Amino acid sequence: MIEVQHLTKRYGPFTAVDDISFTVDKGEILGFLGPNGAGKTTTMRVLTGYMPPTEGTAVVAGYNLLDKPIEAKRRTGYLPETPPLYPDMTVREYLEFCARIKGLPRGDRKARVVAAMERTRVADMAERHCAKLSKGYRQRVGLAQALLGNPDVLILDEPTAGLDPKQINETRQLIKDLRGDHTVILSTHILPEVSQTCTRVVIINKGKVVAVDTPDNLTSRLRGSETMYVQIDAMGADAGSGLAGLPGVTKVTVSDTKDSVVGLEVESEAGRDVRRDLAAAVVARGWGLLELRPMRMSLEDVFLKLTTQESDAPVASDVVASEQAEVAHE
Amino acid sequence: MSNALAIARKELSAYFASPIAYVVIGFFALMFGFFFYSLLLYFDRQSLQAAGQAVNVNEQFLRPVFLNATVILLFVLPLVTMRTYSEEKRSGTIELLLTAPLTDLQIILGKFLGAMGLYAAMLAITLVHVGLLFVFGSPEWRPVVTTYFGLLLMGGCFISIGLLISSLTKNQIVAGMITFGVFLMLWVINWIASFMGPTTQQVLNYLSITDHLDDFTKGIIDTKHLVYYISFITFGLFLTARSVDTERWRG
Repeated sequence: MIEVQHLTKRYGPFTAVDDISFTVDKGEILGFLGPNGAGKTTTMRVLTGYMPPTEGTAVVAGYNLLDKPIEAKRRTGYLPETPPLYPDMTVREYLEFCARIKGLPRGDRKARVVAAMERTRVADMAERHCAKLSKGYRQRVGLAQALLGNPDVLILDEPTAGLDPKQINETRQLIKDLRGDHTVILSTHILPEVSQTCTRVVIINKGKVVAVDTPDNLTSRLRGSETMYVQIDAMGADAGSGLAGLPGVTKVTVSDTKDSVVGLEVESEAGRDVRRDLAAAVVARGWGLLELRPMRMSLEDVFLKLTTQESDAPVASDVVASEQAEVAHE
Repeated sequence: MSNALAIARKELSAYFASPIAYVVIGFFALMFGFFFYSLLLYFDRQSLQAAGQAVNVNEQFLRPVFLNATVILLFVLPLVTMRTYSEEKRSGTIELLLTAPLTDLQIILGKFLGAMGLYAAMLAITLVHVGLLFVFGSPEWRPVVTTYFGLLLMGGCFISIGLLISSLTKNQIVAGMITFGVFLMLWVINWIASFMGPTTQQVLNYLSITDHLDDFTKGIIDTKHLVYYISFITFGLFLTARSVDTERWRG
């Protein structure tokens, strides 16, 4: 549905987006993750036809943005970082104007505007001037504008910015409901949002893609090895060295102790599940097994790892390389 | 075209939703009323002095009124055009327009027609004065019609430059000031004409926007002036389109 190839955008000598490529399939929700100034907004602006790329191509909904911008724009809904509202218009007037410039059929407009307002829960403010709306309402009116006309592709630049927790949940649910029929790209700073709503994540930093994968794969693949947290009542015995000898276990470190209860972090070879052996070993020694759970790297850890440690690049480029291989297969 | 009209409607309602339209129309009405009244007094004295000789209301009164009144446009039209693009760029709503399935031309045409709408509303006020003249006198109507036609064209030129300048900056005040400067320059450019060589003189005279209005107020529609005004407007809108386009490339 969206195909970005070797996209580069320079502002004078400054390169905002540096040779990025990715594809989004129909029905996917792609999360765009990156620190401030990473090039998220620039990429989105290129994809919506707001500005042309310096190099590379972008195809949206089957139309190349350089050749057929109008066709591509007709199938795209866009919520910019600041909702583009006209302060002097009421919410209804604004949405009706948007419906008109988006070329919705005349007889349909009013009904579509009402539907969009209900979907984003702004109907109670329909007659209020945009200038007098709270931040949360502005954001949702902007979203209503993007949803007007039920476009195939939705590009949302920080759709939950400025919302309160309840509205955030509602908006996430709304975005999740779009999955399947619509292709969505959303950018955000909030990491749990990505794991909750997105089917795939692109992490970009300094204009370059550092990782593309599903949120689950990203967290597990980047670990390199599996780590388990085990809490044992070892009754005074040295539990650490007792478990270190198990097949597949590479390293055991004590993370906490309290009386006779020991918490251990057990690392094992990648791809090998040692949970059964661990449990059996603990029980066989007559110790009490209080807790056993895999320690997952949170998306925060992944994000920080990828965007701050440049020296640790092998891990990141690994991910990109395998992703590109996948793309090539498709 | 319906897209352009949607923009034009939005522009026009934005003028009337803010104080701009009322201030601009009010100021114009006030100044025009004053010009009308003072020239009427002058005309009154003239016709008394003419003592029986024929005086022409069109030639000796209406023409000077309109030619003088054009100076009001110099002050008023920059206020109309200065916000057209600057405001949208500053508030970010330009993103809505540029990512909607609209061509640049439709947006520009829409904004042009919106500003023309407000200008036409301004001119409509003066129909009251002219109407009074028809009630109490018997001026010819044809030169009046051509005058309005010429005024619309001349205003179109100003508005097209105003749009261009507004598209160059985010700051309304800067846009308004530069627009005013350019208008003034186009106004006075032929003052130095008589000191120049014959060719420069002709060029300068031809460039002056107001000179081309003269024939319209006499009731003449000369293709020379028609071509000047229409190509001026087209060129202004074309440059605006270029300016919006380069803005995209520069980001």
